[in-house]
Amino acid sequence: MDFFFRLQDHCLHYRFLLILFVLNPSLVFGADTSVPEITYPWWIWPLILLVVTFLMGIVAVLGGVGGGVLFVPIISGFFPFHLDFVRGTGLLVALSGALAAGPGLLKANLASLRLAMPVALIASSMAIVGAMVGLALPTHIIHLSLGGTILGIVVIMLSARKSELPNMDQADSLSTALRITGIYHEPSMKRDIAWKVHRTWPGLFSFIIIGFMAGMFGLGAGWANVPVLNLLMGAPLKISVATSKFLLSITDTSAAWIYLNKGAVIPLMVVPSLIGIMLGSFVGVRILRVAKPAFIRWMVIGILFFAGLKAISKGLEYYSLTFL
Amino acid sequence: MKNNQQNVSEEMILYAGVLERGMYTGLLLMFVTFLLYIFGVLEPVVPLERIDSFWNQPVHDYLVQVNREFLGWDEPPIGWSWVKLLGYGDFLNFLPVVLLSGVTILCYLFIVPGMFQRKDYWMASIALAEALILILAASGLLAVGH
Repeated sequence: MDFFFRLQDHCLHYRFLLILFVLNPSLVFGADTSVPEITYPWWIWPLILLVVTFLMGIVAVLGGVGGGVLFVPIISGFFPFHLDFVRGTGLLVALSGALAAGPGLLKANLASLRLAMPVALIASSMAIVGAMVGLALPTHIIHLSLGGTILGIVVIMLSARKSELPNMDQADSLSTALRITGIYHEPSMKRDIAWKVHRTWPGLFSFIIIGFMAGMFGLGAGWANVPVLNLLMGAPLKISVATSKFLLSITDTSAAWIYLNKGAVIPLMVVPSLIGIMLGSFVGVRILRVAKPAFIRWMVIGILFFAGLKAISKGLEYYSLTFL
Repeated sequence: MKNNQQNVSEEMILYAGVLERGMYTGLLLMFVTFLLYIFGVLEPVVPLERIDSFWNQPVHDYLVQVNREFLGWDEPPIGWSWVKLLGYGDFLNFLPVVLLSGVTILCYLFIVPGMFQRKDYWMASIALAEALILILAASGLLAVGH
């Protein structure tokens, strides 16, 4: 047991040096190559978390993904925090981003409350189940399934198409009964666009899986929400993206309560992560105005691919099989 | 239509207003309570210099150890028991997290009466069901362990 703890200390030390190398290589090149017994001041990890989540916030905006989907695999893969706390923090990161964006998206009539409400009812109920299952399963199983999910997200990002204004003959009976419809102004076309949705039942069923995964892994679910709302249900892309972001404020709320009630919230992780992601997002939006970073999307896909493999590798450690 | 805002429904404006106020209050409170915590204005339950020996454990083990070393309660602090620890810097930070997690429940409760008045029964029922589900999640009745 004592050997295990010493081994873990050494691993943490090397990870720390790796992160320091990324942040400031001179600190590492100047260091002794042996592994001294050192203790770090308490503020080191929150500070590194702040810097890394700041960079993550920039990359997330430029890569067109939510912060949550980057946060959980990267922080759980390369930081010393247990996956339980990483998932709790990841949910709060995604939740805060959605809460911050929600009022503006609603007032601009881009996020549709009528589209979000039935979908949110399914997704948030299943997010509760997902969070409960996620906190009850052994950690290595969660690492393995998280890794598989992240690799699945990579496939979705590589293959998913988008449709600005999907073709639709008529709304289905359920969406008609619920009056899920709207009008928004599209400046690029200089006209008002009336939209409606179809395939509402299959759409709602999809959110059983999406909600469950959001709660289980603490991921935001924009990567899945947008294709379902846009390609399956036929909402315009702009409405789908905005409604998806708003939807996270409801889905992640339900799962966040489960993690909070289980005590899986450590303020020293949550607050630096929130500040980092938010500041990074502000800077990312400014960069986005002047740059068209197509390669960033490929970089995000590459990072997620590596983080997915890392999560699988961590899960396999339980079976004494590891490859990263 | 010159801009999108002309077509925003009454409940969307109400929802957005409550969400906006709750979100800003929660974020502001989060910064304040965090500063009180890290600058030692309020003593934490788990000393700052010891926290890194706790956060690499599963949440259940973490709570058991925190309870054993610092609290000495009959049960580890789960559910709403953090309320009893609000005088400590670390647990005070649960307050803004709860506000941010709870604002959506308020938003739903605010829009339900108007929807019933406008005879939008289906959507009103969905909103009411959503509020009840979120309240159930918030209640702590669904907490399970490893």
